[in-house]
Amino acid sequence: MKLHEYQAKDLLGKAGIPVPGGQLATTADEAAKATEIIAGPPWVVKAQIHAGGRGKAGGVKVVQTPEEVVSVTRSLLGTPLITKQTGPEGAVVNQVFIEEGVDIEAEFYLSMVIDRTTASPAMIFSQAGGTDIEETAAGSSGKIFRESIDPTVGWMDYNARNLLYSLDPPPPAESIRAFMSVMANVYKAFVNLDCSLLEINPLVLTKDRKVIAIDAKITIDDNALFRHKDLLALDDPREKDPLELMANEYNLNYIRLSGNIGAMVNGAGLAMATMDVIKMAGADPANFLDVGGGANEEMITRAIEIILKDSRVKAILINIFGGILRCDVLARGVVAAAKTTGIDLPLIVRLEGTNVEAGREILNDSGLKFLVAKDLAEAAELVAGQV
Amino acid sequence: MSILVDEKSRVVVQGITGKEGTFHTKQMLDYGTKVVAGVTPGKGGQKVEAVPVYNTVRQAVQNEDANVACIFVPPPFAADAIVDAASSGIKIIICITEGIPVLDMVKVSSFLKDKNCVLIGPNCPGIISPGKTKIGIMPGFIHSQGPMAVISRSGTLTYEVVDQLERVGLGQSTCIGIGGDPIVGTTFIDHLKRFKDDPDTEGVVLIGEIGGSAEEEAAKYIQEEFNKPVIAFIAGQTAPPGRRMGHAGAIISGGQGKAEDKIKALQDAGITVALNLGVLGQTALGVMR
Repeated sequence: MKLHEYQAKDLLGKAGIPVPGGQLATTADEAAKATEIIAGPPWVVKAQIHAGGRGKAGGVKVVQTPEEVVSVTRSLLGTPLITKQTGPEGAVVNQVFIEEGVDIEAEFYLSMVIDRTTASPAMIFSQAGGTDIEETAAGSSGKIFRESIDPTVGWMDYNARNLLYSLDPPPPAESIRAFMSVMANVYKAFVNLDCSLLEINPLVLTKDRKVIAIDAKITIDDNALFRHKDLLALDDPREKDPLELMANEYNLNYIRLSGNIGAMVNGAGLAMATMDVIKMAGADPANFLDVGGGANEEMITRAIEIILKDSRVKAILINIFGGILRCDVLARGVVAAAKTTGIDLPLIVRLEGTNVEAGREILNDSGLKFLVAKDLAEAAELVAGQV
Repeated sequence: MSILVDEKSRVVVQGITGKEGTFHTKQMLDYGTKVVAGVTPGKGGQKVEAVPVYNTVRQAVQNEDANVACIFVPPPFAADAIVDAASSGIKIIICITEGIPVLDMVKVSSFLKDKNCVLIGPNCPGIISPGKTKIGIMPGFIHSQGPMAVISRSGTLTYEVVDQLERVGLGQSTCIGIGGDPIVGTTFIDHLKRFKDDPDTEGVVLIGEIGGSAEEEAAKYIQEEFNKPVIAFIAGQTAPPGRRMGHAGAIISGGQGKAEDKIKALQDAGITVALNLGVLGQTALGVMR
């Protein structure tokens, strides 16, 4: 689950990491009131969307008067912001965060992730903060430092020293304690909140030698949400595709893509591979859809309905390798969906595995029009031939 | 021969009284697997499919000589179940459970480091040595005994691959699902090392997907040390960056974990990569001839 910047900063502040004073506004009036509470000028008005790259897209503005705070808020609210992470349609800005300006001496990059290779949390630190860290990583890897944390002892101050004294030059001596405190608290917050990503970019050193988180990104491990009921309220469904939200409700794994071939598959790996095969046959998948290993008839029906709600879909490929999900269950779900929705698109079905004969019989007897593919390669060719 | 498990393996199913646990216990028994015990805390003394249920793994080991654990415990309790099995002397632990918090797995991995114990999964279909034993959730009937080993990060994708292998007459020695989570107990390399010394394995199919760098590491190992032909497939060539493709571990992040990089690493190591899943069986047959 991704959090907004303002939510992440609230959590960081509670974890003892200094953040600038800030106030959320969803209307121009609220923005005007915010300037009375938040120290300034200058103020920074920041569009709150989940996608990154807001600054370069015009979603972050430094302004000098309350009038400007209001006018910038007006121009941002309700309009889509197109960043390199949003796609061409952009993401609509529903709220802005108004913050006090900070006198910056130097910018740093600080993040914590799970290092898959060492199976431990790792902190990443660089003096190339504020800029595009991915470009820095690609260009000059020597400037990015990484510290793996032994989970049995947790964060130790030597971890912080390893990172801070890797920099050349290291941060000013009088700021070292502040950096160490931020790093220790980042580790604590990462573990306590079950984060899969905690990123502060930039972490700044101010002219008066304070260390402050100027931007923050937090992603909570979805698998750990069961023990963080309090965080569930931070979810913002407006940031998600409506079809993806609907799929969530039925425990379906659906991701909307840009093509026109709707696909329904059981299992994530097979679903990915099916997308690849569609592409190789010369067509484009409209979605990734994994109904899961143990889908029931209703889930299959819902899955078909979701695919059909995507108006770009011109043909549907069903690829099922029945294991636990039996082919007869699948077939009944498809037939039920056909009855309620009236599928009028070309339908290509490839069934294999448990109860495959029964599944084929149900489809054949249903009066539903569909093409049967004998294997995956043929299925992809058949479906690509329809568009 | 097969690796890790065979017809003598004595399996304890953790979470045996749950829906999944009960269903797959029956499936495993039908296949011929020796399921000798089940564990569900608080339900000791019951029986599931005539298999005795215990309150602790320790009791299952003491009373039934169980030596392999198969875990169907729900995600919030799965880390406890893995450590329980390892602490009770079980040397091979297969964790089917999907959805374990990644920080729980950080702790589990750290705990298992100095234990002489193999964890397969989590979030995996399990392990099968066709004709000998099936410990997991894969449909047994699609497999037959033969010369190919299969190591995979995915479930149904493995079934698809096995089906294609069967169509060209290639049975399997052992098939292992290593799991689709960011942190799993064993890697491709751990199992390649075992297949290297297994006289019944003549070739390996390696099924990877986007996310992490396990395939790149495997490529390096195969080039430097492995002695048998390998055919690889990588799922997710068309996956968009930054999105989690079903499996918790299948995500391209910060430009890392792309399918094209994995395919290139494997090809550079001299490994045959089937780019199109539809022809994987034929590709494998070509290499094995």
